[in-house]
Amino acid sequence: MEDMLFYDRLQFAFTITFHYIFPQLTMGLSLLIVFLKGKYLLSKIEKYNNAAKFLMNIFAINFTMGVVTGIPMEFQFGTNWAKFSELTGSVIGQTLAMEGMFSFFLESSFLALFIFGEKLMGQKLHFLTGFLVFLGSWASGWFILATNAWMQHPVGYEILENGKFVLNNFGDLFSNPWLLPAFLHNQMASVVTSSFVVASIGAFYVLRNKQVEYGKLFLKTGVIFGLVSSLLVAFPTGDWNAKNVAKHQPAAFAAMEGIFETEEAGSEIVLIGQPNMVDKKLDNKIAVPNILSFLTHQDWNKQIPGMDQFKEEELPSNIPALYYSYHIMVGLGTIFIGVMALALFFLIRKNLYTIKPLLWTIMFLVPFPYIANLTGWYTTELGRQPYLVYGLLKTSDGISPTVSSGNTLFTLLGFVALYMLLGLLFLVLVGKTINQGPTPQTH
Amino acid sequence: MEVFWYIAIAIVLAVFFILDGYDFGAGIIHLFFAKKEKDKAVITKSAGLFWDSNEVWLVAAGGMLFMAFPTFYASVFSGFYLPLIIVLWLIIFRAIGLEFRSQFKYQMWKDIWDKSFGVSSLLLALFFGIALGNIVRGVNLGDVHHGVSAHEGHYFFLPLWNTSFSPLTDHPGVIDWFTIVIGIISVVTLAIHGANWVILKTNSSINNKLKGIIFKLNIVLTVLTLFSLYLWQIVNPNSLNNFVDKPFLLVFPIIYFIGLIGLFYRKKIKKDEYAFLYSTLLILGGITSSLASLFPVILPSVNPVNESLTIYNTAAPEYGLSVALNWGIIGFILLIVYFIVQKRLLSGKIDNMDYGH
Repeated sequence: MEDMLFYDRLQFAFTITFHYIFPQLTMGLSLLIVFLKGKYLLSKIEKYNNAAKFLMNIFAINFTMGVVTGIPMEFQFGTNWAKFSELTGSVIGQTLAMEGMFSFFLESSFLALFIFGEKLMGQKLHFLTGFLVFLGSWASGWFILATNAWMQHPVGYEILENGKFVLNNFGDLFSNPWLLPAFLHNQMASVVTSSFVVASIGAFYVLRNKQVEYGKLFLKTGVIFGLVSSLLVAFPTGDWNAKNVAKHQPAAFAAMEGIFETEEAGSEIVLIGQPNMVDKKLDNKIAVPNILSFLTHQDWNKQIPGMDQFKEEELPSNIPALYYSYHIMVGLGTIFIGVMALALFFLIRKNLYTIKPLLWTIMFLVPFPYIANLTGWYTTELGRQPYLVYGLLKTSDGISPTVSSGNTLFTLLGFVALYMLLGLLFLVLVGKTINQGPTPQTH
Repeated sequence: MEVFWYIAIAIVLAVFFILDGYDFGAGIIHLFFAKKEKDKAVITKSAGLFWDSNEVWLVAAGGMLFMAFPTFYASVFSGFYLPLIIVLWLIIFRAIGLEFRSQFKYQMWKDIWDKSFGVSSLLLALFFGIALGNIVRGVNLGDVHHGVSAHEGHYFFLPLWNTSFSPLTDHPGVIDWFTIVIGIISVVTLAIHGANWVILKTNSSINNKLKGIIFKLNIVLTVLTLFSLYLWQIVNPNSLNNFVDKPFLLVFPIIYFIGLIGLFYRKKIKKDEYAFLYSTLLILGGITSSLASLFPVILPSVNPVNESLTIYNTAAPEYGLSVALNWGIIGFILLIVYFIVQKRLLSGKIDNMDYGH
């Protein structure tokens, strides 16, 4: 039974991690594409149109990967988490079905039109299809976040005698206090990833002295969008989320901030340190006094319950992983703001394109927003453990009762092998597309 | 309300099999009959342009099933664990074959992804037929052994096969001689459907040859259909009761046979759209007849201990089903609008299209 739960969780964690590499780019990138396409409509400068179409090619590769790795996510609710599906399907089935029906349909129908239909439709309709792709991908995020918000903070339900969760207020699913902050935070983080990718491609072109005109456009767009979104990720959306966790999941909050002991007069904020689960303390800690209390409650001396205030079973099941995920996300987010602010400073002074160390930094920074996005999701999900539905349904009670651990290990190995191949193909294709560049080829 | 969602999901599933069916079929035709590079390229394109917007119907069906019949969703998806995951892998292989084939001009690269597209299309068609065979045959609900359930009565786990490959044992596997026949019927049907699609959407050089192939495949299909009806009587002697009790349900098998008979005249049919319509009727009739023969059961139990799964004992409560109706109707209208917009803009022969791409 222990094995079973472990393999089920590992398979879900692996497949969702791999899947979320792609949507986090496409959601943000669609915004940048709509921006560039719109700029072309207003200015009629061909450069913007080519840039938008080039980014749409990158979008399309990511979208395909997102679709083929996304279908297994929907299936796995039934295959590996059958008991969870049975018990909660009448609630979260609503939001998941809406995701398929409204957003996924919108996105994939109009993506093909955007890519193939420019000559058929004319520029204004072409812009509109791009906008609908953007709308579809953000709506998709909205419905998935609504599903997750319900698991984090269940609302609008009642529990029947047989343990089934039954929806009794549809509207509550979308007015869930967890939903809007999480959605905005997630979408801004997605814009961070795509801005960094675009800026990185720009830096690559400028450094290589090839496609320089587009390189400068991508750098400028990426840096401006990157700085704005990095700031918005931290404040107000990140702040808003942290306050939500402190309010609705105080045990998870204590664990992710690394507060082992409750401090009478205001909690310190931990910058660095390793959780020591034997002695219940942080090793090699660097912390600043009272800041956490101020950030969370705008009161320097407000008491924040530490992990010592909770019973063992109320605490998240993997405290170090939760703590690290959260601190990696916050640490990277802070670095992003710094780098992008510096880049904007030089952009305004009109010498960004000549400062090579900064361009190299921007180019090589590209994996880190992905890491920050993923660790952000790990923070949310590890904070919820050991529950599937926070406080109500244990993860161990949600797995499929008839699927043996041997079968799950078999499919897990299969997914690992297949996704390694997919990842390799993905890199080759994206590399090829970037190498070709946005300049239209003459046949 | 259960009946409404049952019909809605059946429609979405049937649309999925009709739409994705033609690109599976195109894959099968591509695997066996396309020899020249030009034909291979255009057939791949005739599937590649549409597969992802066709597969959203599968995602929609999955989501609706999850919402409306969560118990069924949980039971079937975990019970058919291995075949479902294998189907997922095949879907991935097919998609990367379609998307990545034209990215490099090397012949070897194209050959690899052609085979990946063709073989996975063939296996998927086979698996979907086998899945339908499993649903009409039924499973050992509760994994009953010597009259005792090993699990709650609506859960089960099916091995890929058992040693006898027989549907008549107490513990049938996914693949047995009955389901394999249904699987082959599915392959032949989708090959016909795919051939019609290729003729309709392309100017490939094998179009004329394909008309003859459809005729031959149709003979095979007729024989297999009659044979499967005989086998079905052995596997489930009550399979025709619904049609006797409610004769109006006979409209579904009639749809199937109209399609079957119509396709014998493939060479005489001037408009390729009509031929495509006949193979559409074939798929529609096949799926709806199978579902109608079971209704209101959606997964029969082969043991006397646990009752079959029906739309009533697996449905979500009334409130959820009726509130979903509000957004479901809007959703349906949107689906139809997207569908029409997309098909109109990408109408005509693939070869003649200019994408500006």
